[in-house]
Amino acid sequence: MHNEMTLIFSAVSENEAFARNAVAAFCVPLDPTIDQINDIKTAVSEAVTNCIVHAYPIKPEEKFVTVKTVIDGGTVHIVVSDNGIGIEDVEKAMQPFFTTKPDEERSGMGFTVMESFCDSLEVTKNTPSGTTVSMTKRVRGADWKTNKS
Amino acid sequence: MKIEHSLSHGELIIKLSGELDERTGPYVRMTLDSIIDASDFKRIRIDMSKLSFMDSTGIGVLIGRYKRLSPRGIPIILQSPNPSVDRVLGLSGIYNIMIKAG
Repeated sequence: MHNEMTLIFSAVSENEAFARNAVAAFCVPLDPTIDQINDIKTAVSEAVTNCIVHAYPIKPEEKFVTVKTVIDGGTVHIVVSDNGIGIEDVEKAMQPFFTTKPDEERSGMGFTVMESFCDSLEVTKNTPSGTTVSMTKRVRGADWKTNKS
Repeated sequence: MKIEHSLSHGELIIKLSGELDERTGPYVRMTLDSIIDASDFKRIRIDMSKLSFMDSTGIGVLIGRYKRLSPRGIPIILQSPNPSVDRVLGLSGIYNIMIKAG
């Protein structure tokens, strides 16, 4: 099965639950386990939170986050991107507990959670600005539904 | 997000229901601090059995409360997190400083 959808929404925290639940609902036709759905929701939430908290220091409500989800066979590809200020040092930002905002009680665990809850994670800088986070998650086995029927 | 609390034999029990993320984090932080400041207790038990979702924002909230309570020698018990919440908690190493129960 091949299926795609793209969400574009304002970079405000009100949209976090919407984004993670919409992506999770989109994956339901793959018949994922509850654990897999929760993994997807958590990873999406982390990626979207990063955009909302870090990407746009000025008027985030007027800026946008894009979440593209592609189902390709038994694999879900999720790409979360923004056109914000970008990450100066991606490698450093991906270290567990690294945060640029320790005063706000940030855990610095976002990328670590994404990495752990997905099968692959890639973080790239956008041109001319912003960040793209690409994640993949294999849902059950690709042939699970065939074998089931 | 719903937060209930009760006090029993020196234990402050706080029950979290709903989803803890960037949207609800500030409310949870403020409410927990206000309950903590208004109560007299020897330990705190956070009942997570009805917490349906939590991302790493929740880790920041919990560690922030730990920093406030540890100088007073007050332990924090995390009660019955669901498997997904438990995994986020475990990844952060928070069980090295808080007690997992249930």
